[in-house]
Amino acid sequence: MKLITAVIKPFKLEDVRQALAEAGVQGLTVTEVKGFGRQKGHTELYRGAEYTVDFVPKTKIEAAVPDSLLDQAVEAIISAAGTGSIGDGKVFVFDLVHAVRIRTGETGDAAL
Amino acid sequence: MKISILKPLSLLVGLVAMLGPMLAFADDPVPNKGDTAWMLTSTALVLLMSVPALGLFYGGLVRSKNMLSVLMQVFVGFSLITVLWCVYGYSFAFTAGNPFFGSTDRLFLNGVFDAVKGTFALGATFSKATPMYEIVFVAFQATFAAITCCLILGSIVERIKFSAVLLFLVIWFTFSYIPVAHMVWFWSGPDAYTDAASADTNNALAGLIWQWGALDFAGGTVVHINAGVAGLVGAFVLGKRLGLGKESMPPHSLVMTMIGASLLWFGWFGFNAGSALEANGSASLAFMNTYLATACAVLSWTFAEWIFKGKPSMLGAASGAVAGLVAITPAAGNVGIPGAFVIGLVVGPLCLWGCTGLKKLIGADDSLDVFGVHALGGIFGALITGVFNDPALGGPGLVTDWTMNPPTVGYPGEMAQLIIQAKAVGLVFVWTAVVAFIAFYIVKLTIGLRVPEEQEREGLDISSHGERAYTD
Repeated sequence: MKLITAVIKPFKLEDVRQALAEAGVQGLTVTEVKGFGRQKGHTELYRGAEYTVDFVPKTKIEAAVPDSLLDQAVEAIISAAGTGSIGDGKVFVFDLVHAVRIRTGETGDAAL
Repeated sequence: MKISILKPLSLLVGLVAMLGPMLAFADDPVPNKGDTAWMLTSTALVLLMSVPALGLFYGGLVRSKNMLSVLMQVFVGFSLITVLWCVYGYSFAFTAGNPFFGSTDRLFLNGVFDAVKGTFALGATFSKATPMYEIVFVAFQATFAAITCCLILGSIVERIKFSAVLLFLVIWFTFSYIPVAHMVWFWSGPDAYTDAASADTNNALAGLIWQWGALDFAGGTVVHINAGVAGLVGAFVLGKRLGLGKESMPPHSLVMTMIGASLLWFGWFGFNAGSALEANGSASLAFMNTYLATACAVLSWTFAEWIFKGKPSMLGAASGAVAGLVAITPAAGNVGIPGAFVIGLVVGPLCLWGCTGLKKLIGADDSLDVFGVHALGGIFGALITGVFNDPALGGPGLVTDWTMNPPTVGYPGEMAQLIIQAKAVGLVFVWTAVVAFIAFYIVKLTIGLRVPEEQEREGLDISSHGERAYTD
């Protein structure tokens, strides 16, 4: 099993959700986050006070998938979240050691 | 009424008989109902400028954790000064005494209403034989005193103790607002001026700055310089907000600020046009100038910001409106349309500099730019009023002889009037600075000015008032 964590542009969330669903991913967790990468923040000016906003609003999605689905899922995220411009985000993949469905007690791939 | 159409002699005689009792009142004019209605309306409009307008304008500019503290300071400060006004403020500001203070004649508004006879005391307007109910003037002026005190709060928000606000306001109101209002605005009224001798007597009874001949239609000195300088002094004595320059402190709701600025504009028609004290031509001129100068200042601030800072901002437009309103305040009924154009177009960039370049030079944390907008805009407006009062520049001129009926209007010349205006500005600037400094130090040495550091970090809403403006 793998855990995919992706940080994407917030307005791409719906596209990514759809693409992942089509790829067979059964569930998704979404968090609104802020961060920075190569995309710079912006400055805000209030009368004389200038503030640099370094952290850009992003959406973080997390999905646990069986090994067999990994490549399609990553590919789905990349194609759905990409705009070609800086700040499209990143995808991280982790090994997932254990998973349990709370309702039934199923474990492993069956829990996903 | 055209008597010529009444041909039969008997009718004419009858009419004269009917007029008899009316003629008996000729020496005893009563307030005009239209004037009274306008002044009551204006009073309510000026109240709106504080609650909610100033509260929202200021409140939107602070961080959300301090929103309620700003609203509370304005709301309770406004109420406090209103009460003090009725207890002693009005009496010391607007009765005859010496050139600095009035007397105790009207303590607790004693004498403005005779409950036994059911009669009301009458006060003066700016026209002969045109009295107003004194009680209306009391209420109208109460709202001025109260909003002036609330204006100061913008310099000291986000760190001051609530109790310190109240104690400071009591001291500053008593020793700066009251004497400045008396100095600038108290006089005996036009009906007291009947001949040369009465003119000398009554001039000596007037407030010091009135005696000098300074023009201040609705409070450039009394309200804006008075409050703006006091605010700056407060910012110095209080010190900077924790984290200023390191943490970002953007306004939490420019929507609120825009609503506040808009309601200020609306209410300011009562403030400026109401200051004519009658529903007449002078009020109409003040109304149009208030409207036009403000629109000019919105444009001039916005374009100056666009050119020099990169983007035209909502905060800039709202600030421009307030700057225009401030600058036109002393000028409102004292200049013509050309004056309104110039004042509005100049004050926008001027106050933008006041909130940026000048603010950096001064170095104090005048948090919401009370000095940069109100003091600077007020000084500019007060000075330029002396110039654009000139009939040659479209102004109405000023009364040079109140003993005539109607009073003689003239103009002493640009330099002469400008010097008088500058003296008024200088005296009020120094007076309020000294009083504010002493008042803030008294508070600092007795109950303390600032909340503890951890309370400032938590936000005054929770730490001072036990509530929060917004739940997430």
